[in-house]
Amino acid sequence: MLKLKSPYEIKELQLCLEASETARPCISVCDGSGCKASGADNVIKSLRAELDKRGLQGTIDLKSTGCHGFCEKGPVMIVWPEKVFYNGVSLSDAKDIVNSVSNGHKPVERLLYKDPATGERILHEHDVPFYARQQRILFGNNGKLDPKDIRDYIKVGGYSALGKALTDFSPEQVVEAVKRSGLRGRGGAGFPTGVKWEALRNSAVRPRYIVCNADEGDPGAFMDRSLLEGNPHSVIEGIIIGAYALEAKEAYVYVRAEYPLAVEHLTVAIQQAEKAGLLGDNILGSKMSFRIHLVQGAGAFVCGEETALLASIEGRVGEPHPRPPYPVQKGLWGKPTVINNVKTWASVPVIINKGADWYASIGTERSKGTMVFSLVGKINNTGLVEVPMGITLREMIYEIGGGIPKGKKLKAIQIGGPSGGCIPASMIDLPIDYEALTQAGSMMGSGGMVVMDEDTCMVDVARYFMEFLEEESCGKCFPCREGTQQMKGILNRIAQGKGEESDLELLDDAGWMIKETSLCGLGQTAPNPVLSTLRYFRDEYEAHIRDKKCPAKVCRELIVYQIDETICDGCHACVRVCASEAILGEKDKAHEIESAKCIKCGACLEVCQPKAVLVH
Amino acid sequence: MPQVEMEKVEPLLEQFEDQRINLIPILQEVQDTYRYLPQEVLKRISRKLRVPLTEVYQVATFYRCFSLVPRGKHVVQVCLGTACHVRGAPRVLDRMLRDLKLAGPGTTPDLQFTVETVRCIGCCGLAPVARVDNANTHPHLTQAKVGGLLKKYQEKAEAPKAAKPDEASHAKA
Amino acid sequence: MPTLTINGIEVQVEKGTTVLEAARFLGIPIPTLCHDDGLVPYGACRLCLVEVSNGRKQTLQASCCLPAEDGLKVLTHSARVERARRLLVEMYVAVCPSSKRIQDMASAMGVRQVRYQAKHETCIQCGLCVRTCEQQMMAGAIGFSGRGLNRSVSRPFDMTSELCRQCGACLYVCPVCESRCQGPQAESTLCNGCLNISTVCFQSYDNAMCFLEPCHACEIGGPFRADVQVKPRSKDFTRIGEK
Ligand SMILES: Cc1cc2nc3c(=O)[nH]c(=O)nc-3n(C[C@H](O)[C@H](O)[C@H](O)COP(=O)(O)O)c2cc1C
Ligand code: SF4
Ligand code: SF4
Ligand code: SF4
Ligand code: SF4
Ligand code: FES
Ligand code: FES
Ligand code: FES
Repeated sequence: MLKLKSPYEIKELQLCLEASETARPCISVCDGSGCKASGADNVIKSLRAELDKRGLQGTIDLKSTGCHGFCEKGPVMIVWPEKVFYNGVSLSDAKDIVNSVSNGHKPVERLLYKDPATGERILHEHDVPFYARQQRILFGNNGKLDPKDIRDYIKVGGYSALGKALTDFSPEQVVEAVKRSGLRGRGGAGFPTGVKWEALRNSAVRPRYIVCNADEGDPGAFMDRSLLEGNPHSVIEGIIIGAYALEAKEAYVYVRAEYPLAVEHLTVAIQQAEKAGLLGDNILGSKMSFRIHLVQGAGAFVCGEETALLASIEGRVGEPHPRPPYPVQKGLWGKPTVINNVKTWASVPVIINKGADWYASIGTERSKGTMVFSLVGKINNTGLVEVPMGITLREMIYEIGGGIPKGKKLKAIQIGGPSGGCIPASMIDLPIDYEALTQAGSMMGSGGMVVMDEDTCMVDVARYFMEFLEEESCGKCFPCREGTQQMKGILNRIAQGKGEESDLELLDDAGWMIKETSLCGLGQTAPNPVLSTLRYFRDEYEAHIRDKKCPAKVCRELIVYQIDETICDGCHACVRVCASEAILGEKDKAHEIESAKCIKCGACLEVCQPKAVLVH
Repeated sequence: MPQVEMEKVEPLLEQFEDQRINLIPILQEVQDTYRYLPQEVLKRISRKLRVPLTEVYQVATFYRCFSLVPRGKHVVQVCLGTACHVRGAPRVLDRMLRDLKLAGPGTTPDLQFTVETVRCIGCCGLAPVARVDNANTHPHLTQAKVGGLLKKYQEKAEAPKAAKPDEASHAKA
Repeated sequence: MPTLTINGIEVQVEKGTTVLEAARFLGIPIPTLCHDDGLVPYGACRLCLVEVSNGRKQTLQASCCLPAEDGLKVLTHSARVERARRLLVEMYVAVCPSSKRIQDMASAMGVRQVRYQAKHETCIQCGLCVRTCEQQMMAGAIGFSGRGLNRSVSRPFDMTSELCRQCGACLYVCPVCESRCQGPQAESTLCNGCLNISTVCFQSYDNAMCFLEPCHACEIGGPFRADVQVKPRSKDFTRIGEK
């Protein structure tokens, strides 16, 4: 590809690419991490083989795209131009798909999405309830473009915002626009991005650095991964616009080590942008020079915290240091640095293109724009959801998420990962924005949303997070390091039925103390999962302590496995999986569990077809 | 501990400038090459980059990606992220550890498998998941699937052994 | 030169001064465990917390790392600070009950119970030794290793370091090396012995000075402060000097 020498040439190239687009149908298969795991690579191979076999390579295009957000139903694909949406595709379907595309596009009925509520097959992606309520400003293009081809991005209007910023905006005006849009950081705390940028501009020290935080450590969240895999250029474009506004020469993108595919796509994208003259010296013929470096994390949750992340880029251990000084005052190598999340950067081109006022018109009073959530856990439609701020939890869970599987009851929604908290089912009409969530004892965090049903034990969840945090705390400051260990110890005790009434007060006290005294955001939010469950599910804690019962039947020490002999048909399936030979019984006769031997692994429960295994 | 092949180190270090910012990338390369961070190599890196050994050691023990003892041929990362946790990942992990006769996450004595836990690999929609050798992700795991998963890699691992029948018969005799 | 207010007292300090230094300049004692004047502030022990308001929000901040800035309003002993410190010290005692410094702090702050499980660690990871070795002795023989619950002070590969000169500075600065009084409750988590019971040392030494530096509990309740009335627990307890 030729080097672009002026902003005008971007527009030209876009028009040119649009014009060259033929009416050829195109099968675009998702090849993101999720769909890869479900076998997308093989599907692509067999589609290619099928096309080759019939000599259709020139008539039907095949494209692999990034994540569409509906990974659970993967591998997913869209057939253009009809936009037919297929899900759960497997190797053997290749023939039928190619058949249908080449013979007048009669959709393959069995691969269409089936609405679990009505049983109806749905043809288009945007009619699937999961997508219907979404407003996909950032993720809309994921299904359309090949992330490894910059031309695809330019074709859908990519880099036009950069062109616009360079020609129509002064750096100050870019900052002003971001400020007016009301954009708040998508990395967790929700700090107004424009204000942060302005603070950097107020510093006279040079050089200035830009950092993109793609350390997505929140377990159960994967939107940054999905965006980097599916549309890396949108992030790069945002960063370049930021560099123009902030007069920075270098940027670092910090990607966590667990995302090899995101690293790969981003590397390719940076190279292509360099070749196209969008990075490097004299960007688009201007005097601006700017480079983006990619840094891979080495596996530490705390490196998502900004001061730890900077230390990690510099080649040190990711231990936070106290703020002030803030990174905008003293960041990388002591120089002013702006850190923003992946989605924050990707929002910038949208704001420039569509206008700050347009962006500010979406969302609520104080939380503007769209937020991306990863809706996971005990919910029918798991996946990435991009919605306007202010949508209620009810809409999220029941309209987009399709409700709870197996007719179970919703118990709680955990939002914000280890820094967030559990919101009980009774608060389902809560509108989602930064303030409302904080008030409810949770946090927006990075947008992880884990749905829990009646089979989830809240004490176990609290313990889970404490276990996570005692490992992931950097250990530098005392209250966080020791406090998380102590809290986990107490929760362990409660889960084992050895808790005492006074433990609850102790948890409250310890939680308060850790929040107040810890050095960085990790410690300051670490007790949230415990405090929020204590606040809303105190009765469940009390059941563990007073009655020595786990109401959700999760905590091992408080449950027994039994086989209901009236239901058991003696199929022997459980006997085969039981690792400790605790199940007695002859074939075709009712079996019995010897409770002394049972290690409560639950394997028998998993395999028992007639559901004869009971837990008390 | 196996003999360290030091000759691989210098070409590896050549690829990087002697700057502190390269410390973590270098360690990542070393980890990929040796499957662990040998002591001598760390000392060499410390001298070359002029970073105190205490700090190299601290970095090497801080991050999850690094290991000071050799890892197994196949690294199985069982996800214990929140989404995987609520869908039963702990039981899958327990099962795997029992099958491999490990007391906790770690490496089997024959250096075939290392079982590690990770907190989310971004495939939460397919929970619970495990990833093998940083490439193959296995979705929707259950305890029943664990045996098959391990077997798939075990067979591959044992193939070279079977190729040397004389050695095996020797041992028997 | 920034001017700030500490406990209502206005004070002007040099640029670059920390709030801790400013408070000490005013003679206000703030407890610390990881601070030393000759070393770069670290901010790990969190005991030096003070309540700071910058107009909008009131937060607790570690004063040893907080630059004194114009218009800061600092409270060093507000109810919130005291509660946080007390709860913090309660945890310190649980982690490291053998330390005299920590036990003394606990008595001074009125910690009367420890509800956590005792851990009997020998280090609170204040980092004084590591920083002294690196910044004062220029040796860099010891450092931290690991993360979270596995973090500890160590030498690389846990082997004797060629860089260590055996100068002993690390031992000298360690705040927890000094053992607590081995008096009547040496095995308990919380010392405070001298406050609550008739102590061995009072009886054996009578009114004479104990040869140890007086522990804080001793200072409050012992012979040095006869004016302080501490209710004895047992009936037949008589405080020395009260007869
Ligand atoms: C423990 C901890 C983990 C964090 N993890 C992330 C993360 O994974 N991704 C992220 O963007 N921000 C993370 N943050 C927030 C960052 O510190 C920082 O606020 C953010 O990157 C700023 O960007 P924003 O203004 O665009 O949100 C984390 C913060 C803490 C305290
Ligand atoms: S709060 Fe936790 S993560 Fe943050 S510096 Fe302290 S120990 Fe480290
Ligand atoms: S729970 Fe596990 S150990 Fe117990 S009977 Fe079932 S399979 Fe066997
Ligand atoms: S004795 Fe050794 S480790 Fe301790 S300060 Fe001196 S040189 Fe450092
Ligand atoms: S050994 Fe002593 S000085 Fe060193 S970190 Fe531990 S408590 Fe602090
Ligand atoms: S990876 Fe295919 S939809 Fe997410
Ligand atoms: S929680 Fe397991 S992949 Fe995200
Ligand atoms: S003295 Fe300030 S944190 Fe330790």
